[in-house]
Amino acid sequence: MTDLADLFTPIVMGILLGGLYALIALGLSLVFGVMKLINVAHGDLVLFGSYFGYAAMTLLGVDPILSLVMSIPILFAIGFFIQKYLMRRAFGISMEAPLLIAFGISLILQNVQQITWSPMARGLTTPYALESFSIGPFRFPLSYLLDFIAALVVTLSLREFLRRTYLGKAINAASQDKRTALLMGINTGRVYAFAFAIAMATAAISGVFLGLTFPFTPTSGISFLILAFGVVIIGGLGSMLGTFIGGMILGLAQTLGGYFASATAQMLILYVIVLVVLAVKPQGLFGRKERA
Amino acid sequence: MPQETLLKVSMIDVFHSSLQVLWNVSLTIKAGEIVALIGTNSSGKSTLLDTISNLIHPIKGSIDFEGKSITTLEPYETVDLGISQVPEGRGIFPDMTVLDNLIIGSYNRKARPKREQNLQMVYDLFPRLGERRSQLGNTLSGGEQQMLAIGRGLMSAPKLMLLDEMSLGLSPLVVNYLYEALREIKERGITIFFVEQNVRRSLAEAETAYILERGRVVLSGPVAELREEEEVRKAYFGV
Repeated sequence: MTDLADLFTPIVMGILLGGLYALIALGLSLVFGVMKLINVAHGDLVLFGSYFGYAAMTLLGVDPILSLVMSIPILFAIGFFIQKYLMRRAFGISMEAPLLIAFGISLILQNVQQITWSPMARGLTTPYALESFSIGPFRFPLSYLLDFIAALVVTLSLREFLRRTYLGKAINAASQDKRTALLMGINTGRVYAFAFAIAMATAAISGVFLGLTFPFTPTSGISFLILAFGVVIIGGLGSMLGTFIGGMILGLAQTLGGYFASATAQMLILYVIVLVVLAVKPQGLFGRKERA
Repeated sequence: MPQETLLKVSMIDVFHSSLQVLWNVSLTIKAGEIVALIGTNSSGKSTLLDTISNLIHPIKGSIDFEGKSITTLEPYETVDLGISQVPEGRGIFPDMTVLDNLIIGSYNRKARPKREQNLQMVYDLFPRLGERRSQLGNTLSGGEQQMLAIGRGLMSAPKLMLLDEMSLGLSPLVVNYLYEALREIKERGITIFFVEQNVRRSLAEAETAYILERGRVVLSGPVAELREEEEVRKAYFGV
């Protein structure tokens, strides 16, 4: 059998990488759990966060993580307005309209970013982004560890927010039963806007950490959107902890798949796992069963 | 002691998409009363409650609460003013605990500062809820869910409580218990407007009743008078 020590590297890499995947997927999971909207623009919104960090770094000389202090409130506000004034009207028109609008936002973002930044690959190449750290005799990229820590912090913060605050409970209630939530005195329109805004804030954060870990182009959004889908399907829509674990599973599937099979088989193995979960437990490992 | 008019519904027409459900419906509820709305399934009872809660808006007519018009308000504004609905089917949030269900009941601004004392009142009224406070909503029995729904309605510190088919699917023993709780709630000064299919029960518990038939108010008045009414006795008691 394989030497256990050899497995250590892909396992640790998989878990840490899973953190980045989870971080990216959290916003998607929240929006779908609350509003049943598959935000196909999510990947591109994450990239927007990456480019924002890039702009801060190259034009202002500000560290990308520090620039989150600016980008989080800005993206939060943008998300709030998109939901309140765009999506809300779209929901009133039909079930498909919000999807089309998200698609439109995706196209606009991709093209604006292509024009502004050119298709050339960029990276948030801060000094520490290229560092590595060691566990025993093994070395790992520091950016992976930062991704994992960020994912843990954001997941737990979101989870506690949803569980303990009135707004969090209201988001939960509105996602379970909108009509009754209205009868509780909950302004569901505002609640949805906050949920979308929070998702955008997480997109800003994940964009920066994505940029620290991998090079990105204006069209990278799609590949990460698909990955985020996989995470959310496995972990369960609307569950923050589920999304986190879903990220781990996907990360591990990728690295262990690459170790046992080949680099090209990595993604295939990943998608096979997603299909299996869809077939066996469609609501995800931690998801709620949809009531008829 | 003259009673103040709390809710006044004046000649409302209400539609569900393009289908008219209520025709020229008027009713008056005085503060401190228990009022019943009697009618069969297709009479439009739930629609009437939903219109008062502003989940739907009337095409014609008006609704006044404490003398002010509430006809075009949003549902959450209606709750803020003090109208709370315990919906048909209870509407318990299944994946939230009993305690969280109750807490979300106090979501509106006016109710939040009163949360702890209202919580205590609910536990006093329904000790079972206190025992089960950490359990998920969907693990409760039908009767317990109804208690939770009523308790949750109380958490919003209402002046008027609307109850839609409280006894549906429950045993007579449980229903007795619930109506006793309603009497206690009335003692605390909350006005009650309940929808009930069981005519005998409605006339036993209410002071005033409205009978709705196919979207129109066909009879109304003090219960004592209604019981004597020839039509009521023929239609509902077969006498």
